[in-house]
Amino acid sequence: MSTKGMSSKGVNSRGRTRGSRAAITGIGVIAPNGLRADSYWKSVGEGLVVLDTISREGCDHLPLRVAGEVRGFDAAGLIEERFLVQTDRFSHFAMAAAALALDDAGIGRGAPEEPFDIGVVTAAGSGGGEFGQRELQKLWGQGPRYVGPYQSIAWFYAASTGQISIRGGFKGPCGVVASDEAGGLDAVAHAARAVRRGTGAVLVGGAEAPLAPYSMVCQLGYAELSTVEDPSRAYRPFTEAACGFVPAEGGAMLVVEDEHRARDRGAPVRAVVAGHAATFTGASRWDRSREGLAQAIRGALDEAGCAPEEIDVVFADAMGVPEADRAEAGAIADALGAHGSRVPVTAPKTGIGRAYCGAPVLDIAAAVFAMEHRLIPPTPNVYDICHDLDLVMSRARPAEPRTALVLSRGLMGSNAALVVRREDDSAR
Amino acid sequence: MTRRVAVTGIGVVAPGGTGTTAFWNLLSSGRTATRGITLFDPAGLRSRIAAECDFDPLAHGLDPTLSQHADRYIQFAMVAADEAVRDSGFATGAQDPWRVAVSLGSAVGGTTRLEHDYVQVSSGGQRWDVDHRAADPELHRAFCPSTLAATVAEQFGAQGPVQTVSTGCTSGIDAVGYAFHTIEEGRADICIAGASDSPISPITMACFDAIKATSDNNDDPEHASKPFDARRNGFVMGEGAAVLVLEDYEHARARGAHIYCEIGGYATFGNAYHMTGLTCEGLEMARAIDSTLDQARLDPTLIDYVNAHGSGTKQNDRHETAAVKRSLGAHAYDTPMSSIKSMVGHSLGAIGAIEVVACVLAVKHQVVPPTANYETPDPECDLDYVPRTARERRLRNVLSVGSGFGGFQSAVLLTGVGGRKR
Repeated sequence: MSTKGMSSKGVNSRGRTRGSRAAITGIGVIAPNGLRADSYWKSVGEGLVVLDTISREGCDHLPLRVAGEVRGFDAAGLIEERFLVQTDRFSHFAMAAAALALDDAGIGRGAPEEPFDIGVVTAAGSGGGEFGQRELQKLWGQGPRYVGPYQSIAWFYAASTGQISIRGGFKGPCGVVASDEAGGLDAVAHAARAVRRGTGAVLVGGAEAPLAPYSMVCQLGYAELSTVEDPSRAYRPFTEAACGFVPAEGGAMLVVEDEHRARDRGAPVRAVVAGHAATFTGASRWDRSREGLAQAIRGALDEAGCAPEEIDVVFADAMGVPEADRAEAGAIADALGAHGSRVPVTAPKTGIGRAYCGAPVLDIAAAVFAMEHRLIPPTPNVYDICHDLDLVMSRARPAEPRTALVLSRGLMGSNAALVVRREDDSAR
Repeated sequence: MTRRVAVTGIGVVAPGGTGTTAFWNLLSSGRTATRGITLFDPAGLRSRIAAECDFDPLAHGLDPTLSQHADRYIQFAMVAADEAVRDSGFATGAQDPWRVAVSLGSAVGGTTRLEHDYVQVSSGGQRWDVDHRAADPELHRAFCPSTLAATVAEQFGAQGPVQTVSTGCTSGIDAVGYAFHTIEEGRADICIAGASDSPISPITMACFDAIKATSDNNDDPEHASKPFDARRNGFVMGEGAAVLVLEDYEHARARGAHIYCEIGGYATFGNAYHMTGLTCEGLEMARAIDSTLDQARLDPTLIDYVNAHGSGTKQNDRHETAAVKRSLGAHAYDTPMSSIKSMVGHSLGAIGAIEVVACVLAVKHQVVPPTANYETPDPECDLDYVPRTARERRLRNVLSVGSGFGGFQSAVLLTGVGGRKR
């Protein structure tokens, strides 16, 4: 096995070898195009477009009309009442996705035998906006005594990690990356490093609920936001018609687990988090993100011990802003060389929008499914591209991807790259 | 082999004065910086006291544009980072920018600004369908939490991993911990690490009013924060920022940098019990402390000082007293343990970093800062809390602990140079 980037060798308190690989053993998804991982993958594989006019209360007067909205989500059916009342919609998504990921990993929902062996890490980019707005309205409309006791725990970025830890009885390392989009990849890498340091498993991911009225007002200042009202034209990265990105809600949680722990309990290793790197090149400095993203890709490949030619599919950031798209195409070419124009590239998020920190975690989920189902999902709504990329458009393409590169950039200037590999290839 | 991590620079903006000199003067004198709230009219609130910073960004050399437009917590972080970077003596242009990282924490981030602008767009809390035409087009900078680390990274030319950490009251320790891992694992040579918060706003004060976590000693604000004292009745809100420059030990040596101390270990665990509540056993905090000692291969009897979370709530003080006894055993009774929150209040996410800087200064001066206002012992809190007066002591290995939101419990260990056994 590759040992690069997995520096510390030793034995932790449970006799587990430090430096063992971080396996993905469970996936939970709450997304605009699916309320389970398998239904999400079905929609992604079919290139289903669910971008639509926003229906959330109090939003119809705003100049942002189209988004990827999670509809039909039954929070009360998925989350116990006592947790429900003290949490915002973004935590509902994260808690529901976490439970689905645990089920998928076969870990179950009972109290864990070794509570310190399971940690929780989430990435958050928008916090509990809807809950916060409601309490702000009580404070300023009625007075301080009308602010409820749960505002202190629902509004802030750390809410989802804390509630998932409490609900599941997980006492392992807990973390919160409060970030722009790329934080989703940073969180997964953070979890993988915790596993390499000796934690048995980490529930990790990101879920967002940025479609409350005041949260939307805050986002209107993003120059990259698409305000096109036709859902089929609003988010078309890599084309001449690129006019910005469409926001979305939802996200995904993964179980990232020590491969030996997974094997010991007979759980299938679906993929391995093999490498990651992150750089920073300045908010909205898309020209500079070319160099930053290329540097991140090189770092992730280096940590994974992976040559550029071994990358079988790239899940693009696909910002949808002409100069950002140009920078991303350039970064892929710079970091992967001639392979950059041959490797299939896809951006399934054009069908659902960008769920901020949740977006790249959804891409990791799609990458795992793509490797399992031997199918590269398409980039919906995108037809004529103006960059030298082999972008998978119109329909899914049969292939045998074994190594996937997931890219993400944030509106505040972060660039991140993460490599996931199929287990059977990387177990050497 | 993992790399050793050195502290080569420190900077702080705290109640009672800006800069490490003013900060240390306050801590070593045992004076308090808590007072009646002046940043807004607190009428109608239960707790109307706080530890505020008398902060003049222009006087501290902050760029006029930032002084005018950046959120208060960002301004704090910029001034603290500037002091830390100057103190460490690294020239930003002389470093490989891809090898310079940023890791900054904040519990509530831009929420003070978000509240301010909310009032405008909602006609004073009268409408759910807020009016975007009344909003500042720069409001997304308050909405997006990574604005903190991004702004500091831009200023100091950092192009390596740049992250913002938000784990509530442990954000500051955790941001330093993430930075420690970043250097230890070789992902950067230098990391600008710390935390900032400016939570003294109506909504945040009302939040903590609602759960009665804050002190209502409104008539005697100077003596309101009384950690470990039997008469304590909650924490006093604070604000501020602290930044450290963490650096690969060999990198620091090669450029001849002054090394204050090393980071010997860091750990965090969850109590999986309650978002704001604690058990009286202290099991998870003890586990975090034990882990840092294991990482440094240090015997608990070699701990010279514990900088307590010491928020001044009854459950916290008992919880952490139990935790420290669990980890240090009988040595806990011989180990001074104080809370600087008695003097500078509890600045939520920022305080963890402010306390780490206080520990660095304590090691530098070989002086333990006191717990101000401590007079009446609580029978359930029977350790040496260093009442009211600073104390000279040989300080080599120092722990700082944090506890709070989400049930998160974190610990960081500072060791004298070469103290980390490898």
